[in-house]
Amino acid sequence: MTKYEFKLPDIGEGVVEGEIVAWHIKIGDLVKEDDEIVDVMTDKATVTIPSPVNGNVLSLSGDIGDMVAVGTTLISFDVNDSGESEGDSETITTPEKVVASESIDTPEQVVISTPVVIPKSVVPSIPIDREVRSSNNIAKGSVLASPAVRRRAREAGINLVNIIGSGPAGRVQHADLDLNIATKGTVSGNLPSIIKIKRENITEVKVVGLRRKIAEQMVLSKRTIPHFSYFEEIDVTQLEELRLILNSSKDDSQPKLTYLPFIMMALSKILPEHPECNARFDDQVNIVKRFGGVHLGIATQTERGLYVPVVKHVETRDIWGSASEMQRVSGAARNGNASLDELSGSTFTITSLGRDGGLGATPIINHPEVAILGVHKARDMPVVRDGQITIRRIMNVSSSFDHRVVDGADGAALIQHLKRMLESPALIFM
Amino acid sequence: MSEIRKCQVLIIGAGPGGYVAGIRAGQLGLDTIIVEKYKAGGVCLNVGCIPSKAIIHAAERFESLKKHSSEVGHMGLSVDGNANLDMAGLTSWKDNIVNKLTKGVESLLKGAGVELVIGFAKFTDSKNCIVETKNGLINIEAENVIIATGSSHIDLPFMPCDEEFILSSTGALSLNKLPKSVAIVGGGYIGLELGCAMTKLGSEVTVIEGLDTILSIMDKEIRRPLELWLKKNKVIIHTNALARGAEIKGKGASRKVHINFDKNGENTSLKVDKVLVTVGRRPNSKGWGLENMGVRMDASGNFIRIDRQCRTSAPGVYAIGDVAGEPMLAHKASAQGEMVAEIIAGKNREFDKIAIPAIVFTEPEIVSVGLNPDEAKERGEKIIVGKFPLAANGRALTLEAEKTGGFIRVIARESDHVILGIQAVGSHVAELSGEFVLALEMGALLEDIADTVHAHPTMTESFHESVLKTLGHAIHSA
Repeated sequence: MTKYEFKLPDIGEGVVEGEIVAWHIKIGDLVKEDDEIVDVMTDKATVTIPSPVNGNVLSLSGDIGDMVAVGTTLISFDVNDSGESEGDSETITTPEKVVASESIDTPEQVVISTPVVIPKSVVPSIPIDREVRSSNNIAKGSVLASPAVRRRAREAGINLVNIIGSGPAGRVQHADLDLNIATKGTVSGNLPSIIKIKRENITEVKVVGLRRKIAEQMVLSKRTIPHFSYFEEIDVTQLEELRLILNSSKDDSQPKLTYLPFIMMALSKILPEHPECNARFDDQVNIVKRFGGVHLGIATQTERGLYVPVVKHVETRDIWGSASEMQRVSGAARNGNASLDELSGSTFTITSLGRDGGLGATPIINHPEVAILGVHKARDMPVVRDGQITIRRIMNVSSSFDHRVVDGADGAALIQHLKRMLESPALIFM
Repeated sequence: MSEIRKCQVLIIGAGPGGYVAGIRAGQLGLDTIIVEKYKAGGVCLNVGCIPSKAIIHAAERFESLKKHSSEVGHMGLSVDGNANLDMAGLTSWKDNIVNKLTKGVESLLKGAGVELVIGFAKFTDSKNCIVETKNGLINIEAENVIIATGSSHIDLPFMPCDEEFILSSTGALSLNKLPKSVAIVGGGYIGLELGCAMTKLGSEVTVIEGLDTILSIMDKEIRRPLELWLKKNKVIIHTNALARGAEIKGKGASRKVHINFDKNGENTSLKVDKVLVTVGRRPNSKGWGLENMGVRMDASGNFIRIDRQCRTSAPGVYAIGDVAGEPMLAHKASAQGEMVAEIIAGKNREFDKIAIPAIVFTEPEIVSVGLNPDEAKERGEKIIVGKFPLAANGRALTLEAEKTGGFIRVIARESDHVILGIQAVGSHVAELSGEFVLALEMGALLEDIADTVHAHPTMTESFHESVLKTLGHAIHSA
């Protein structure tokens, strides 16, 4: 037996340790070169590490959630026993991917093609069908339902196969049909009984990996930063007109504009006048670094959790360039292939919940930055202009500032400035 | 053509399929005509289920009367003298029941506004037929046709029924004199039901069966009590025996049938008073113009091919009951008839029955609903089986229903306890079958039955107990 010790490699950018997020193998598995073996998360990114060798897994060091230093032995392989030499080890397959099954096994359709055995007597010489018929319709996996339920379903045009019965052994009950009918077929499960039956299940979710990082970041921010939050509503009627014009006249290579690129452009223009807000505060040494460049963090929801990819030097970009760079980095974050560089270095962060934008929020500052802007959904509202009620497109913004280094008046001044720019969007481009 | 009639629904055959379809169609306000060549009620009421059960019941009575004769004095009850059988009297008592029921069917049809035409219909195309009645020909044109022509007794070509010496079941149900000896060709349910009754009435019965077992539709375990009863009552069973022919010999009162059959490669001859031929039934799909209707037959070529709504391949033409496939049972035909009437009335229906019960009225009675253990295993089910003897049921003892060694057997899926089948054998168990079928149709689990209170003292308790037995904790059985 030849042992091969796999040590956590240097995964770049000065990373010294990583957290084990997921094992793709277990002891005894036969692993081939380049099979995925472990997911390790570093400060900024999660890396899936491939196996460097063919071999049998002898031992694994570290549980999910453990921090391991670069150079620590993670896995030992027996590299002699590599499958080809042993016939039966061929059957040991590479680790199965944990895939949520697409759906519950759908029961077979109820078929009555073969009815009951009947009592009859025949001598073989008689030319009549002597086929022994199966005596009923209890096919394995067939739908269980009372005749009344089956009749109702048929009349309602519902195929019982598509309904998950809430009764014992999955029996479809009237309540299951009620729900399916009430929801026009969108709910095929058994909500009514879930509501009625006490639920005792508890699911333990280990807070590891990115989730733990997010948790730490949030606590760090909230614990150390006294948040000062400020809300304003912005009349974006003109901005909306401009946006529609630009979108209708853009060429195919240009991205479709949302409000965000305009906000980014406005910020890049006005932040030099509010330098205390475009900064990072190192509270260990009590130094605020105010940045000339505008590096906007774009809070991005991904399947794995919250990421903040960064659009660097917005002041150097036009609106199309800002929009496409934002799309690029947030896309990279969502796909999990954002580089460390793309995920660091922001000096101000924008968070937008898009369609779920709501009226207001209290955004948490992306530590060690000192300000964050939340953008909410624009909608048509009745407002008073010149003593008249008129309908304007209104967008709310929420903002938070680090009150240690940004005074309330300064924060408010930034938002009011932003408001002026967005309400007369020509100013953004002057 | 003397008369041309139009209707929404035309039903051919007023048996348990056709007349139920007719009544339901009438209830639903459809203009309905039902054509019947003989009498309302079909084979079932006239020469099948009902008359045979009348004879079977009478035979049972006669048997117990004999037990209460002065010599035997069973149960401490005795009557002076001997029990005597007047076969003609019995037949006429039976005929009264049949007449009452067929009249009842006729008045139900009338009450539902259905026109009953007695005559023989011949189809010229899928929606038109000419009915030959005693008052002349009637031409009927229908929007919808329900074929419910039923089935007929199968004759053996080398010994056709003359209903004098060689009888079909029809002849056997209209005897004026009990034969001393009977040979029954075909040991299926019809032959055995009549064989048991005739044995009780006092005939010497011999069964000639071509297969290696009688009542092969039932599994070995469930037919065992019947086999024991037949043995105890000196019914002679020849299995693997093929009837070859019959000759009627002798003069006057001593005329007998000499029946010839091959068994184990040897030719045997037997002298009996009557031969009863019960080798099966064939669907009535010929002789009335079915070929003009554009209706496709099933793979066997015997039955009309239907879908789950009893539709045939011809639009607006439905087929129900025996002519539309197995199982050839009255209750299946009735259920289909009711459904088809509703479909024609525009309702959304489908024949989605989980189980159709099969019952054999032998001594003891045998009921099978759903799967037996072998069938369940063949379907790949992992099953648990529980059996409860009637001998451990109080009510069965008071009815002497345990004497035949009966039991109830429950088959359930091991994983989720869904009941897959129920069989019962024993005196009076036929009346338990309703609960069995209901259990299957409702998708009952063993626990559903276990948690249902069954009245004491009744034989239904033994179903409850057999379910408990399947769950491993019967109360009145080890």
